[in-house]
Amino acid sequence: MALDRSDVEKIAHLARLQIAEQDIPEYTENLSSILELVDQMQAVDTAEITPMAHPLDAVQRLRTDAVTEGNQRDHLQTVAPAVEAGLFQVPKVIE
Amino acid sequence: MFTKTLAELAQGLASGDFSSVELTRAYLDRINTEDSRYNSYISVTEEQAMAQAKAADEVRAKGDAGAFTGLPIAHKDIFCTQGVRTSCGSKMLDNFVSPYDATVVNNFNQAGAVMLGKTNMDEFAMGSSNESSFYGPARNPWDTERVPGGSSGGSAAAVAAQLAPAATGTDTGGSIRQPAALCGITGIKPTYGRVSRYGMVAFASSLDQGGPMTRTAEDAAMMLNVMAGFDAKDSTSLEREVPDYTLTLNESLKGLKIGLPKEFFSDDIDPQVAQQVQNAIKEYEALGATVKEISLPNTHLAIPAYYIIAPAEASSNLSRFDGVRYGYRCENPVNLEDLYKRSRGEGFGPEVKRRILVGTYALSEGFYDAYYKKALQIRRLIQQDYVNALSEVDIIMGPTTPHPAFKLGEKTSDPVSMYMEDIFTISLNLAGMPGMSIPCGFANGLPVGLQLIGNYFAEERLLNAAHQFQQATEWHCQAPAGI
Repeated sequence: MALDRSDVEKIAHLARLQIAEQDIPEYTENLSSILELVDQMQAVDTAEITPMAHPLDAVQRLRTDAVTEGNQRDHLQTVAPAVEAGLFQVPKVIE
Repeated sequence: MFTKTLAELAQGLASGDFSSVELTRAYLDRINTEDSRYNSYISVTEEQAMAQAKAADEVRAKGDAGAFTGLPIAHKDIFCTQGVRTSCGSKMLDNFVSPYDATVVNNFNQAGAVMLGKTNMDEFAMGSSNESSFYGPARNPWDTERVPGGSSGGSAAAVAAQLAPAATGTDTGGSIRQPAALCGITGIKPTYGRVSRYGMVAFASSLDQGGPMTRTAEDAAMMLNVMAGFDAKDSTSLEREVPDYTLTLNESLKGLKIGLPKEFFSDDIDPQVAQQVQNAIKEYEALGATVKEISLPNTHLAIPAYYIIAPAEASSNLSRFDGVRYGYRCENPVNLEDLYKRSRGEGFGPEVKRRILVGTYALSEGFYDAYYKKALQIRRLIQQDYVNALSEVDIIMGPTTPHPAFKLGEKTSDPVSMYMEDIFTISLNLAGMPGMSIPCGFANGLPVGLQLIGNYFAEERLLNAAHQFQQATEWHCQAPAGI
């Protein structure tokens, strides 16, 4: 399946990924060739096949609903780009 | 000292031939003088390494040493290391000093191992050549104009160049086995769920698995003893006893049934690679194994299914990198959307962006059934191929890669041709079974890898078969010229 420029721009927006204007043609071409590769799957009839999410069909383990971790906020925020009073700072969202 | 295996170094430490401080110092000095040729390390953790070595010598002096006490290793820079930069080969995490240790790292610390540093890798483990690293490519010690493979290229290059006796790696589509093959070392991808993924930066969570990269199968068994085991912090970790992998290495291979998938011996592979693999199979027959042809009929669908599943999971996993909580943030964002888009656009390299875009597309409204669900159905077909084959044979063998190491830059402009290099490794990640690569000869002076594939939890059998081969051959003892 071949994509065009507007497809790539739309996907990039959904992924919140800035793509430089001059790079869009190359991404369009690369993505189209990758989708052409994966389209080989469409030749196979899989109507009766159950999708496989985990190799050993394991399911998520559950644990008791109890507090097991202490609060490490200050420790974990040491790697944040901008923090004030224990809060992550971002540009103004509400005018 | 630098040609010694972990097992030999453990012996040397135990008998007092050298201390861990001396051993670690020697490796650090060698890294400092030699690694500019290979770029195999992103960070060298000299201070921590010397402190760990000193502590290990003290433990030994008290008589409390274990099998791994004082042995130096390197960690792929995908494993979180407390207080040490964990970059994952990306500008996005260039400034990220992990606040915690991965379970694998913690296991090695508890076992008394010494961390020499963090090894180079493709950005977020996405690549087969180490060329997508933000820190520049690692180079193949057998020919520095060639790639070491990827994504664990730095780990493979470091071990091959004798800049670490062993290293950790991770394998999502071949990222342990392929670089091990291209650099002439031993590597094993365990069964999915065998080694904890906690603190291992996530790429494709249903495929990612950590494992050892070493000179010998015996060393891989020693490493896996430390790495494997249930971890409550990893929701897909499997609750199953871990055997001592070193205890079964010497079992005889008499009666071992080997299957050769005809799909792995197509005309597309380098004739010299095919020849070396055939020679290795003959060696196995001499060791008492029997060989039969088998078929994995859906092999050709593995790369198409993988390039939906892995990017879909990656696009979801990498959405956490938003410039807010950690990692790279762009300068002067005008609003929140600008902050997200530019932080991600500037922080990620082209291969990571490609995969995020493919994954986002596959998961977007209206395409989910045609791509993601379809890929998961194909995944089951591929798994069934392996299950069927492994009901008839004990181990599947074939080449790890279709060609030996390619030149830097040779495949960077054509992502699909790069993806095709993983044709023999990728299907196994979809199936979730363990696989291994061991050196089995040379093609035009470049190492060739023999791949061994076993059923779920057959790591013991793979390591045993690899060890017996290495007792009978010397391919694993070869070192590049000028090392």
